[in-house]
Amino acid sequence: MPTILAVDDSSSMRQMVSFTLKGAGYDVVEAVDGQDALNKAKSQQFDLIVTDVNMPVMDGITFIRNLRAEANYKFTPMLMLTTESAADKKTEGKAAGATGWIVKPFNPDQLINTIKKVLG
Amino acid sequence: MSVDLEQFHQVFFEESFEGLDIMETGLMELDLGAANSEDINTIFRAAHSIKGGSGTFGFQGIADFTHVMETLLDEMRDGRRQVTREAVDSLLKSVDILRMMMNCEQDKSDPDTDTIKRQLTELEAILGTSSGGGEVAAETTSSSSTSSGAGWNIVFEPDANMMLTGNDPLRIIRELAELGEIEVNTHQEKLPVFSALEPENCYLSWDIILHGDIAESVIKDVFLWVEDECKLTLTPIVNESAQPVAEEAKSEATQPVKAAATTKAPAGDNKKAANAGSSSIRVSIDKIDDLINMVGELVITQSMLSLLGEDFTMENLEKLQDGLGQLERHTREMQESVMMIRMLPISFSFSRFPRLVRDLSTQMGKKIDLVMSGENTEIDKTLIEKIGDPLVHLVRNSLDHGIEMPADRIAAGKNETGTINLNAYHKGGNIVIEITDDGKGIDPDAVLNKAIEKGLVPPGANLSNQQINELIFQAGFSTAKEITDVSGRGVGMDVVRKNIASLGGAVEIQSEFGKGSTFTIRLPLTLAILDGQTVIVGDEIYIIPLVSIVESIQINSDMINKVAGKGETFKLRDEYIPIVRLSSVFGIENAKAKELEDGLLVVVEADRKPCGLFIDDLLGQQQVVIKSLEQNYHRVDGVSGATILGDGSVALILDIPGLLRMSVKH
Repeated sequence: MPTILAVDDSSSMRQMVSFTLKGAGYDVVEAVDGQDALNKAKSQQFDLIVTDVNMPVMDGITFIRNLRAEANYKFTPMLMLTTESAADKKTEGKAAGATGWIVKPFNPDQLINTIKKVLG
Repeated sequence: MSVDLEQFHQVFFEESFEGLDIMETGLMELDLGAANSEDINTIFRAAHSIKGGSGTFGFQGIADFTHVMETLLDEMRDGRRQVTREAVDSLLKSVDILRMMMNCEQDKSDPDTDTIKRQLTELEAILGTSSGGGEVAAETTSSSSTSSGAGWNIVFEPDANMMLTGNDPLRIIRELAELGEIEVNTHQEKLPVFSALEPENCYLSWDIILHGDIAESVIKDVFLWVEDECKLTLTPIVNESAQPVAEEAKSEATQPVKAAATTKAPAGDNKKAANAGSSSIRVSIDKIDDLINMVGELVITQSMLSLLGEDFTMENLEKLQDGLGQLERHTREMQESVMMIRMLPISFSFSRFPRLVRDLSTQMGKKIDLVMSGENTEIDKTLIEKIGDPLVHLVRNSLDHGIEMPADRIAAGKNETGTINLNAYHKGGNIVIEITDDGKGIDPDAVLNKAIEKGLVPPGANLSNQQINELIFQAGFSTAKEITDVSGRGVGMDVVRKNIASLGGAVEIQSEFGKGSTFTIRLPLTLAILDGQTVIVGDEIYIIPLVSIVESIQINSDMINKVAGKGETFKLRDEYIPIVRLSSVFGIENAKAKELEDGLLVVVEADRKPCGLFIDDLLGQQQVVIKSLEQNYHRVDGVSGATILGDGSVALILDIPGLLRMSVKH
């Protein structure tokens, strides 16, 4: 089963994403900010990244830009969790190498559907 | 699959309350006019998280409210808006309202909608919009667009580097295929000769015919992530014969996902569980790691001891003693580690004061700096919760009665801005909290006159300044000429002292007229363990909390003073102290010491009144774990709890203030 890295500084969101994905049968590793995520992604290969944008230490977009630069993450799908009002964040994220985004608020079904589509 | 979102609510509330604290602290520390954008960003991020979480977990009201705050913060962060006093005040008020809304959601009660509406109006007035909070919906409504009855011709030409963002053209085509029947024609013209081929680039493009009555927006959604990374043309197919009905049904099938999803959230909300009150605690990984380490050590010691016990001979006695010594050490260390888990920095309690001082000083027209130190001093979680109200009372008291109005301060030759210091530190197994102000201090004459007037002190009494200061803790004492909004709500300092005493602590005052006052609170580190003195009366062992003991003495007959009908007293350093015989309080008949000269008197103190407890003998000092009598048996006067001794027997822990009250009644 594919392994997913779920990144969010909010523990309720992180737990929700992780719980939902585990329920759908994926392996999930959690990270609390971009830097934590980057360290984890370098020590283990993930099949997909789901990351929040607004985070302390390192934000989601910087994280994506950094991870995309790694040779073994060139093609890995990276999804941002972002709010509808943050249109500029989507553009910024895309420029940094994000695959796409999931709009907050979302519910577990929407999350699963999107991830299933991306992972095929 | 369906996931019950309610299981995440508790975590969401906890982190949101933390977020609100961060916002509050951040807002108060903002420099008006010259705010650092990183500081605003911290506040923004907290608001943003609350908004995202509340929307996801079904608290739409909170999400909408936070959205407006976030918009204001966003403009401030980007420098599009000045950081004004007005805006900061309004945001602070909004934080309070958000906290109220959050509390209501947690208790499943109804929030005060008028206040919320009024605050929204205020925020929007600052923003200069009057959209009524409806702007969130703007983007979602854009999905109403044209649809084609027959289908679509789609020309999809990805940019060469599209795959380098993790997007896969095949996934997109697969998704289209889910919408309806498709015909795909692949263009390979751009494919270079093999030597020039960059394997990471996309050279292919596609013409796709999608059959069915599908809205343009649905197709655009499929391409949403890549619209800037490809050339895409959508042309509706016209003049084609009607499509099979089955196609239509299929295309619709993809849409109800959204509809079903949005109705689900409120449904989960209605199913109200009763677990909202359960509390939890956040513990740093370090503390848990320490504990795990300790358990590891304990396991090793245990296996060593059981190995020794299997065939024990006297030659191994030394090993056994070593092992038992180790066991004792590990147990003690583990006890300390477990206690540490319940410890939180006192900043949890202090954090409310900057706001309190700021609001109250503005309200009273006073200028006050609050200086806090020792916020990281750790104390038991229960104590943090319970010390909050007494602390608020003392700080309010300093604000109200201590610090003078700016004009009075200048007249007294002081800085026009007063200072309140809040300091916490550890001292010998206790935590000490000091509240110091440089205000007017306590006027001994005023206090004494008042006390005489109230009949607390006989007229003409000669009291030291310290004794006079102590009078303010007497029940029924209040020097405030009128009841102000700030302190003096009928709750006197006597209640503060009582509440602190009920936590096993004490409060004292030092004051110098004209210079200021210091309140010192002393609290035990925890309520679960206490240092006790074990004493014996007859066959019974009792535990006296060490903090209450002043001294233990053996008395001579000439010190004893029997007053008819009033019980026994003894004279200690010119003071007559009542004697309480534990044997008569607890009805012990086989007490060894019948005459006062035969036993010992433990002089204890409660509410500053000394008393001699008459016992047979002292045994030793030890830390005891307090077990509640109420929970396991029922309340017993004069006893605050019980503990289990090393030999397995139960010993009662004496409630000294309770005992004294009992003896007075007798």
